[in-house]
Amino acid sequence: MTTKGRQAVIAGVATSDYPLLPDLSEHAVHGQAADRALADAGLSMADVDGFASAGFFPMYALGVTEYLGLHPAYFDETNAGGASFEVLVEHAAYAVESGAAEVVLVTYGSVQLSQMGRTLGTGAPGGAGALAPGPAIYDALWGNTLVGNYALAAQRHMHEFGTTPEQLAAVAVTMRKHAASNPFAQKRELITVEDVVNSRLVADPLHKLDCCVISDGGAACVVTSAERAADLPNAAVYVLGGAHASTHQMNLSAMADLTVTGAAQCGPLAFRRAGITPADVDVAQLYDSFTITVLLTVEDLGFCAKGEGGAFVEDDGLGLAGRLPTNTDGGGLSACHPGMRGMFLIVESVRQLRGECGETQVPGAAIAVAHGTGGMLSASATLVLGRDAP
Amino acid sequence: MTDAATPSDPRPPKPRPAPVPDPDSAPYWAAAHDGRLVVQRCENCGTYQLYGRDRCLVCRGPVVWVEASGKGTVYSFTVIRQNYARPFRDWIPYVVALVDLVEGPRVMTNLVDCAPEEVAIGLAVRARFEPVSEEAGIALFELDR
Repeated sequence: MTTKGRQAVIAGVATSDYPLLPDLSEHAVHGQAADRALADAGLSMADVDGFASAGFFPMYALGVTEYLGLHPAYFDETNAGGASFEVLVEHAAYAVESGAAEVVLVTYGSVQLSQMGRTLGTGAPGGAGALAPGPAIYDALWGNTLVGNYALAAQRHMHEFGTTPEQLAAVAVTMRKHAASNPFAQKRELITVEDVVNSRLVADPLHKLDCCVISDGGAACVVTSAERAADLPNAAVYVLGGAHASTHQMNLSAMADLTVTGAAQCGPLAFRRAGITPADVDVAQLYDSFTITVLLTVEDLGFCAKGEGGAFVEDDGLGLAGRLPTNTDGGGLSACHPGMRGMFLIVESVRQLRGECGETQVPGAAIAVAHGTGGMLSASATLVLGRDAP
Repeated sequence: MTDAATPSDPRPPKPRPAPVPDPDSAPYWAAAHDGRLVVQRCENCGTYQLYGRDRCLVCRGPVVWVEASGKGTVYSFTVIRQNYARPFRDWIPYVVALVDLVEGPRVMTNLVDCAPEEVAIGLAVRARFEPVSEEAGIALFELDR
């Protein structure tokens, strides 16, 4: 992110066990992911002087640092829902490059499946807006659900551009193919477009198989300087650029155009900061809360024109041999979605750039994009990572 | 939409959630309680807006509440077929829509008195009102046939 002075890198990554962790507390999931990421980096808790995390409670990062026994000089808990961790790692890179911190540990943990069951997304009393004070009440009175918000965007995209349910389904089919190679994935049996469109409708036009799984799980990464990483065991992955944007908070009625997310703002900015174009991207990890989320994202990031996302994703366009190999771990649609999946996108990006992904490795991957989408299509955050020094 | 409990759920019907008015929103909910739809208009630049705010979204000018036509078109909609929260689960399937008012602002609402299959983007709709507390009402919409 800077051409002079310190360059931020990711020196270690890990996921916790997933997708079902009935014997772990939420904080213990953070701990497991943190220990593994630090071990991957060849570092220990004693090296950590910065910490970042986000969750559903205020002062969340303070709680995790208390649990882990950390007293960092830098901490951050910027909450952008599922996009939080792309923002937190972007911020961590700035902290490292400014000298505010030397080793920033970023962790995520959730036991949502074990604690809440599968009703999340279609069961919040009074609607999801009940979680937020003030104006959020305007959209919270109608029995809309989290799924319903994304369904409204999908319906509008279909209306404006002729996108079909089969095209949306193609996203889920490809993610499942990738999940089949991931031994930890929550769903691994292959599915077809017909399976998706014949699964029951949850909120028209989104079917059950257009929706992510609900999981327990966590993940972590270690951000440090290239200088510090030089004698650490794994190849450092360079944080080339990041940017974030928001269009609204809980009120989808405040989103100007349901077919254009904040990715249209932060994607080009992140690419410019990284000095790349969409054509340079070898592999993408795109937040896939729902099939429509991915379709909107490939358009907004500029991998295809607005309205052409359906044609872009169909026929395994997001497959390993497709137009943009995407979500090589199986994504939230099939592998693991514990609520705020953004850290998993970063972990998988780093693994791709280190060439560790086995059957779903994209050969020679040198540039990876992790893009989070949080809330009700509310927040977007893009992180560009590179195998080689800028 | 009725609020009858389903045979499998013998508990008494749960009412619709009611907004708790605050200084920004009280005129909006009170008007709907009286059967009127109101929007804010900027006295400086003329922009119409919802939800209620202290100032204009565009120019930070002063705003006043004015009566709206109550007419609009469907910007998007979904049919909710799974919601575990009461009272909504008793109404499944039901339509959640975003309506663009002719004055400009967009609102989320339920489309009522129509079959889900009748709903399409672009259809004309009109507001009708339902009191949900002593001080607040909500604007539902129906097809403007």
